[in-house]
Amino acid sequence: MLRFTNEHEWIRVETDGAATVGITSYAQEQLGDVVYVELPALGKEVTKGGDAAVVESVKAASEVYAPVDGKVVAVNDKLSGEPSLVNSSPMGDGWFFRLQLSDKSQLDALMDEAAYKKFCEGQH
Amino acid sequence: MSAPSPEPLQRTPLHALHVALGAKMVPFAGYEMPVQYPAGIIAEHNHTRSQAGLFDVSHMGQVRIRGKKAAADFERLVPGDIQSLGAFRTRYTQFTNESGGILDDLMATRWGEDLFVVVNAACKAADIEHMKRGLDGRAAVEPLEDRALLALQGPAAATVLSRFAPSCATQKFMSMAELKLDGVPCFVTRSGYTGEDGFELSVPAAAAEKLARRLLAEPEVKPIGLGARDSLRLEAGLCLYGHDIDATTTPVEADLVWSIGKRRRQEGGFPGADVIRCQLDHGTTRLRVGILPEGRAPAREQTEIIDPSGRRIGTVTSGGFGPTVGGPIAMGYVEVASAKDGAPLALVVRGTPRPAKVAPLPFVPQRYYRG
Repeated sequence: MLRFTNEHEWIRVETDGAATVGITSYAQEQLGDVVYVELPALGKEVTKGGDAAVVESVKAASEVYAPVDGKVVAVNDKLSGEPSLVNSSPMGDGWFFRLQLSDKSQLDALMDEAAYKKFCEGQH
Repeated sequence: MSAPSPEPLQRTPLHALHVALGAKMVPFAGYEMPVQYPAGIIAEHNHTRSQAGLFDVSHMGQVRIRGKKAAADFERLVPGDIQSLGAFRTRYTQFTNESGGILDDLMATRWGEDLFVVVNAACKAADIEHMKRGLDGRAAVEPLEDRALLALQGPAAATVLSRFAPSCATQKFMSMAELKLDGVPCFVTRSGYTGEDGFELSVPAAAAEKLARRLLAEPEVKPIGLGARDSLRLEAGLCLYGHDIDATTTPVEADLVWSIGKRRRQEGGFPGADVIRCQLDHGTTRLRVGILPEGRAPAREQTEIIDPSGRRIGTVTSGGFGPTVGGPIAMGYVEVASAKDGAPLALVVRGTPRPAKVAPLPFVPQRYYRG
């Protein structure tokens, strides 16, 4: 299951039940070249809408929010050496962290792919 | 992103060209300006360092100071030695206030009896009023509103421009020439804001797009936005007005003493001369320095600088990522005791002190043309 927030994060529930989080292609395009990503500590409890990571482009730093409540069970260490993966593969190798979900029903409030696409078109 | 701007933004004569090139346009100093083109800031930055980049800087103010003693009169406003400028030679200086603070920084070129002055976009209206008031009729202040300003910067800039006007190849650094480029009469100054060799071209507004397109048709030239302009100037250790220098910082604190003429230090005769003289004799409490963060996290403007004991000693005034350096770089003011190359500092980024050290400026060697 793949869902999107109106802050341009994506969250995908994997087969093991944990959920991978990253930023969308639209978000990385708006940011431009990503030069640094600050990831949460393993084990950190994050809350829906709360700060979870920071992504920095040449121009500015932006917060990445937790799409839902959960505990950080993995982070993408590759981003420290190769932050440009966020630009080249935002929904693949450019993922940020994985969450063990506290309440799966929170996903229901997020957008599916079609709704998110429509949302982005409204941003122009 | 979708919110309408409250005030209508001005457009430069190259606006349509930026849009046609796919630029991302942003508000800057009251103008709609290209922050980047589809290539992106890092690619644009690297292209300028390796080939040649074309920048639209038409938002900046171009002014003619007309008068029999324009150079002498202009010295009433700036600490630079303007009278000693040879014909068509250019000098960097600042407008100062009575406290020695910087109202704007600028380039002044001897242009016959007159001066050709280029000031910052955000300050130009205030600068024009300031010049009119300060010159008080001794010399006329004539804004050149019908001219665009392009910058062609990078190691291939001279090769490219000399195809249009051969004399550009050997034009002296910090000098101006009146030349025809592709049939268009231009004021060509060998100067810039990237640390690279390059030129600034003052062009009649009506001919600007045609000339820009001709330059972009040269194989070495690509369009470069304000984003890369900022990372290039930061690597070159150059100040951005309103950030690294402002009305509360003096040229001495900003480490711009080299731009104050020797004669002017003795004679004074510009606003704030007493303050600046005193600082030259006795030193200041803070200085602008280069800062190299350890690790990868950029420290942005307003980041707090602390010493190893945790005491606050200053503030970052410009900070970001240097594509040529390959990591984060910054500039800021620190207490004089810490203003030594290699001095250990910490930068408080998102509440966490992160180690950094004072580093010599520029971060990337300047490659100006020295003939």
